[in-house]
Amino acid sequence: MSLQNPLNATLALASNTCSCGQHSSQTVHDAALVSAEQRLTRVVESAVVRAIFPDDRSRRALLRKVGAATALAAISQFFPLRSATEVFAQTAAPEKQDLKVGFIPITCATPIIMAHPMGFYSKHKINVEVVKTAGWAVIRDKTLNKEYDAAHMLSPMPIAITLGVGSNPIPYTMPAVENINGQAITLSIRHKDKIDPKAWKGFKFAVPFDYSMHNYLLRYFLAEHGLDPDTDVQIRAIPPPEMVANLRADNIDGFLAPDPVNQRAVYDGVAFIHTLSKQIWDRHPCCAFAASKEFVTTNPNTYAALLKSIIEATAFATKAENRKQIAEAIAPANYLNQPVTVVEQVLTGTFADGLGNVRSVPDRIDFDPFPWESFAVWIMTQMKRWGQIKGEVDYGSVAKQVFLATDTTRLMEEAGLKAPKATSKTFAVMGKEFDPTKPEEYVASFAIKRAS
Amino acid sequence: MRAPLALRAAIISLLLFVGLIVVWHIGTMQRGPTLKMDPQYAKLMGSTVTQGKSAMPGPGDMGAKIWQHLQDPFYDRGTNDKGIGIQLLYSIARVLTGYLLALAAALPIGFLIGMSPLMARALDPFIQILKPISPLAWMPLALYTIKDSSISAIFVIFICSVWPMLLNTAFGVATVRREWLNVARTLEMSPVRTALRVILPAAAPTILTGMRISIGIAWLVIVAAEMLVGGTGIGYFVWNEWNNLSITNVMVAILCIGLVGMLLDQLMARLQRVVAYAD
Repeated sequence: MSLQNPLNATLALASNTCSCGQHSSQTVHDAALVSAEQRLTRVVESAVVRAIFPDDRSRRALLRKVGAATALAAISQFFPLRSATEVFAQTAAPEKQDLKVGFIPITCATPIIMAHPMGFYSKHKINVEVVKTAGWAVIRDKTLNKEYDAAHMLSPMPIAITLGVGSNPIPYTMPAVENINGQAITLSIRHKDKIDPKAWKGFKFAVPFDYSMHNYLLRYFLAEHGLDPDTDVQIRAIPPPEMVANLRADNIDGFLAPDPVNQRAVYDGVAFIHTLSKQIWDRHPCCAFAASKEFVTTNPNTYAALLKSIIEATAFATKAENRKQIAEAIAPANYLNQPVTVVEQVLTGTFADGLGNVRSVPDRIDFDPFPWESFAVWIMTQMKRWGQIKGEVDYGSVAKQVFLATDTTRLMEEAGLKAPKATSKTFAVMGKEFDPTKPEEYVASFAIKRAS
Repeated sequence: MRAPLALRAAIISLLLFVGLIVVWHIGTMQRGPTLKMDPQYAKLMGSTVTQGKSAMPGPGDMGAKIWQHLQDPFYDRGTNDKGIGIQLLYSIARVLTGYLLALAAALPIGFLIGMSPLMARALDPFIQILKPISPLAWMPLALYTIKDSSISAIFVIFICSVWPMLLNTAFGVATVRREWLNVARTLEMSPVRTALRVILPAAAPTILTGMRISIGIAWLVIVAAEMLVGGTGIGYFVWNEWNNLSITNVMVAILCIGLVGMLLDQLMARLQRVVAYAD
């Protein structure tokens, strides 16, 4: 959580819950951060502290020993934290006033979308037009065409594009993750008795795109339950808007899809929510905010303003009490074009599951901008596992190339500061620990895989 | 004594229309079974589930929707939400641009092919291969090379409407009566004058037939092209409402597409009548 106080000894920067212990949940904890300025300071401090202590344990040990104030003073000695924050907060006039940002109408894009009606863009003196786009391939091409200055993408896409998988290799930057969690496995109501995944042999599943977290999470989930995703079931890419229509027509048995598609299928009475993606991997990344490298380098101030707007919108979206208001802002035809109830159920986490129960999962979807490099490494291990990439993969350097191009890093380099070193965290997917330093061993450890 | 043909046809049309509406109404009147459910749960669900309402709209819903669109067809509530009138205008503008460009290209090339058997043979393989390609197959290539989505859509219209006009122009020019050309030659008319004063009027009905086919194809293709690239246009409107699973709006859009297509076709039919001549 990059919005947490990095100088808190009891807090793991990679933690899943509110670890300062004073709040009931992470959302409440974040709500305690009042001003935007304070938040900005936190983001920069986090980046710096993570750079100095790549190992979370040693950071916590030090903080416990000397205390936060001493540590901060010590760090400030050789690292001008204040000026780093100021660089980030500076209000240089943007080179380009009118921008176009593309998005796909799903709740993953919440920060990008809501920044428009709720005035986060105009606050930073940029006039952003958010343009709804029909599909991932189109959004990619329109960004490459420079019709869009930046766009909403699936987090594996910048990696795939950079690697040249499924397209020509083009250096891409992914300065921020948009959302974490927020996806679900949804099955047709016909299968409401087949709760056990072992009964899913022969099912036809849909995912939004081949290079998506959805594809990797679904394959992972099926494989963990002993089903080979390539031979035991069929997985095909279907654009989210067509998913519910296909499910209703019995063309598919289920999907792992972004919201509001899942909730919409429940709302229309054709499906039930089987597993939330947070149950597979809690706090997994999903969609991302991506921009061409050229845009980043030619319009640094515009880019900074854009990213600041999105970071602020993200911070606003993490607060539970704001979620209702956000749902109302992004549901109209100009943005998601969905009934407000559907969007509200997704964002507040109090939702109908399609089987007659009302469930309450406040972090069903959450928002956290920091692009951890280990996320990129995990995505590449799955690309390798399912044969999307073959041969040797330089996990570390690709992760660095795509995910480390964060705004924080860039702005710090511009200011002549030493940029943070690679930041990684370990996490568990369905109870299995992932160590980003041993990707090859991780791929080899799976029984069901395509990689040789 | 029988009523005139037009009147009888109109009566049958009307009866068919009323029959269709009645069948449609009965078909969508049925309410599905509703399960008893917790009121709190019901609040989170759609009307299909809570009231057993058919997901297919009835003629009443459709009429109300059409009325709603007619009242304010040109609203503009931001980049992604514009009235159906504006969307139709975007589509028509795109179709006309692509179509006129195609016309500008097809006429001279068609003349060339029609007047020169050599060029006809030389260009034939290219035309035969390019003609059957589905216009939408060009879309990814167009997006990649042209690097602009709205120009790509216009290009797709261009490529799909150029072939009928090109082939019909070539055919019309090639089949101009020999005697007329011979007369022109005896009168020592210049080639340009022959082309404009003899061949063009003689081939005009065939050319117009090609143009009429083309405008129909162009209108068919624009909807699919706009669904693909999005942004503006009636195709985008259909896609956006599909995204919202609003069958009513999709059906209103289908009706509009049909009406505009008919208008365009009638316009070309008028033009056809102007240039027609008795042999």
